Amino acid sequence: MIVRILGEGQYDVPEESLEQLNQLDSAVEAAVGAEDEVTFGHALAALLDGVRSVGTPHAADSLDESDLILPMADATLADVRTMLSGDGLIPG
Amino acid sequence: MSLMKRLSMIFRTKANKALDKAEDPRETLDYSYQRQLELLSKVRRGVADVATSRKRVELQVNQLEQQAAKLSGQAQKAIDMGREDLAREALTRKSGLTAQITDLKTQHAALQAEEEKLTLAQQRLQAKVEAFRTRKETIKATYTAAEAQTRINEAMSGIGEEMGDVGLAIQRAEDKTAQMQARAGAIDELLASGALDDVTQVGGGDDISRELDAMSSAADVEAELAALKAGNAPKAPEAIEAPTEGGILATEPEKATTEGES
Repeated sequence: MIVRILGEGQYDVPEESLEQLNQLDSAVEAAVGAEDEVTFGHALAALLDGVRSVGTPHAADSLDESDLILPMADATLADVRTMLSGDGLIPG
Repeated sequence: MSLMKRLSMIFRTKANKALDKAEDPRETLDYSYQRQLELLSKVRRGVADVATSRKRVELQVNQLEQQAAKLSGQAQKAIDMGREDLAREALTRKSGLTAQITDLKTQHAALQAEEEKLTLAQQRLQAKVEAFRTRKETIKATYTAAEAQTRINEAMSGIGEEMGDVGLAIQRAEDKTAQMQARAGAIDELLASGALDDVTQVGGGDDISRELDAMSSAADVEAELAALKAGNAPKAPEAIEAPTEGGILATEPEKATTEGES
């Protein structure tokens, strides 16, 4: 499975690691739901670290779509809200 | 559905919507390639802009550090001459500079990180654009209507995602750089106004700076006098020291006549 971290690129993540990443993902989701900026920052960092550690960089010259796209490491709750609203996400 | 899956879908939908669609799918490929090249040059400009800002901050840090060092020297001289009040004033001014320097260094680190990020984004996009070009030529060469659409869609969505990502990275870098440039501009204004360097400008500035300046030259004279009395040549200022080898000691009388002639 291919996971993109925005601003960093794509990673190949083995299927057997998904369960572990899903748990980290749930923590991020909970923090977004609770509007807790600090917890969100930690949870997102943990999720991205998880992807980086179990994943390997996907070939740079491939044109494959990612299965999952994650926010950039310095994203704030506001950034995520903007992304989810679909506004101003992609310029041009 | 998990939040991140939702986010991924929205991102992808938007990325695909942003792609040009033409009547002839092969034209779509060319249009898209054009857009990719434009985006690539935009990233290159972005990298250059961030680098310019970084260098500007570097320059400011150097200027402020020089002034801070000068103030330290003045404070030392003031202490040597028993003028604690002046030393205190010099050090107070220095601590104001130190805060600015710390702030600028933080900005510098942020700009450097941004520059590295954008450079990597540029390399990734470059690799993908190159791959797209190859794929595009293959598809066009072997074009049959039946299979073309699928293959085009594959190539397009892959590059579309990358373009969306890079576009976002550029936008964020631009925002950050704009903020920092505003602050760098404020520092430049401060430097230009002389508010930061009153103390160190000879002849300029307020009473305290003039006193510090006067005291500095007085201290220099005293030091040279003391050196002369002790039978040593004065420690010549570095500008004069350079040319002759063999030491100033040996050529002292000769040096004196040279100075007289000039």
